[in-house]
Amino acid sequence: MSDDSSAPSRLSFFRRCKSCPFSGPNAPKIDYKDTRTLTRYVSERGKIVPSRITAVSGKKQRELARAIKRARFMALMPYVLK
Amino acid sequence: MPLYESVLIARQDVSATQVDDLVATFQNVITENGGSVGKTENWSLRTMAYKIKKNRKGHYVLMNIDAPSAAVLEMERQMRINEDILRYLTLRVDEHETEPSAVVRNKGSDDRPRGRGRFDRDGGGEGRPSESRDATAAKPATPAATPASEVTPDEGDAK
Repeated sequence: MSDDSSAPSRLSFFRRCKSCPFSGPNAPKIDYKDTRTLTRYVSERGKIVPSRITAVSGKKQRELARAIKRARFMALMPYVLK
Repeated sequence: MPLYESVLIARQDVSATQVDDLVATFQNVITENGGSVGKTENWSLRTMAYKIKKNRKGHYVLMNIDAPSAAVLEMERQMRINEDILRYLTLRVDEHETEPSAVVRNKGSDDRPRGRGRFDRDGGGEGRPSESRDATAAKPATPAATPASEVTPDEGDAK
């Protein structure tokens, strides 16, 4: 009984309700040319932020990482930020 | 024929007209090999994120290509030979975008997308999950407003 009552509260405490910003209808397309969107998924140092922090789904995270790497190659985004 | 999207960076010292000539020669290569070039987009002189061969800036040109792979290979070979081309990236795409690409659309205000302030939010890390939870509530509004990237402060106010 006590488990039932504690489970939802624990879920909300750990903020389990995440949703991928690139999934669903009219979500933005991941494009390596769109640096403005991509910079939001890159840390202060220019590293790709893990999906557990940004709540991007696994499939989209792979796509995102590829786009960021392409943008870096074309010097649209930096490899390292000092 | 497969569709390709090609972006090239030309040296900063070449003039804008020379870049146009350069692009025209590559377009010729494509058409001679039985392909066609759709939209070309000149992003003009942009500051690059890091130096390439001692160049801080570069002329970016995007080309939408519909051509057999042999034509693209030939164009890439000539790009490698040409010393004015710093870098190129050709990708196969499922469909060409007809509207101006994101670079042109964002041109207005994002001269400094790598400013300090932007990254404080990313670096902290704990701001993310809560923000995306709010986004689920206000989902219809979020994707439309994403390019502006000022979404997060707005949501903060709403909360």
